[in-house]
Amino acid sequence: MDAKLTRRDTLILGGLAAAGAATLASPAAASTPGQMERAIRQMIGEAEVRKGKVTLDLPPLVENGNTVPLTVIVDSPMTKADHVKAIHVFNEKNPQPNVVSMQLGPRAGKAHVSTRVRLAGTQTLTAIAEMSDGTYWSDSQEVIVTLAACLEDLI
Amino acid sequence: MSARALINVPRKAKRGEVIEIKTLISHIMETGFRHGTTGELIPRDIITSFTCKYNGEEIFATQLYPAIAANPFVTFHTVATESGTLAFHWIGDNGFEMTEEAKIAVE
Repeated sequence: MDAKLTRRDTLILGGLAAAGAATLASPAAASTPGQMERAIRQMIGEAEVRKGKVTLDLPPLVENGNTVPLTVIVDSPMTKADHVKAIHVFNEKNPQPNVVSMQLGPRAGKAHVSTRVRLAGTQTLTAIAEMSDGTYWSDSQEVIVTLAACLEDLI
Repeated sequence: MSARALINVPRKAKRGEVIEIKTLISHIMETGFRHGTTGELIPRDIITSFTCKYNGEEIFATQLYPAIAANPFVTFHTVATESGTLAFHWIGDNGFEMTEEAKIAVE
């Protein structure tokens, strides 16, 4: 029966699972590379993801995982016919595998976005860009974190 | 609920120029994964969505997760097409909502 699940079903199930996880999560909770892969599949379906076009820029070593600058640049002319539709960023060690999702269009002029993220420990992040022609491109980057974020309790 | 937001949009731009927009909003972004002094789980309180409209048309949207650092900082680009208003809108947990506007003159 599992094989007959549609993408919509998977999304609904994923949403329920995420809601459950959010209420049950403990400090020990952490996503794994497998969970990251599942989160990616929930977001983009079964599409093939190729390496290239995307540059994920992160400092290679950070002292404080509470604010880590993150920049994603996608090589695209950003025209009506050929542009980046969305950029998704995932992590493999935070309690939740999603980091951020952004929707762009030809009016962006250039696919260059930045934000600041939290990282619960040394890990690899993956950025995936969805193009207007339906292809997906990705880049991964490892970050070494000496002081982790997210899980420390209040003192 | 109110928060402080900082928006950086060039006041003037040439038509067709690609401009950078920087936004920062004060928000705790409590992850929902941390415990308080008495061991209870601190409930999640984050901004979940951020959008930017240029003269009413949506040009950029973001979904934020607990992995975004406190005081969410987001920068992106857009083509300066015409003079008008850029409207920024944040939505979050516990009914959080914030709107900010910036004017741009395109010549």
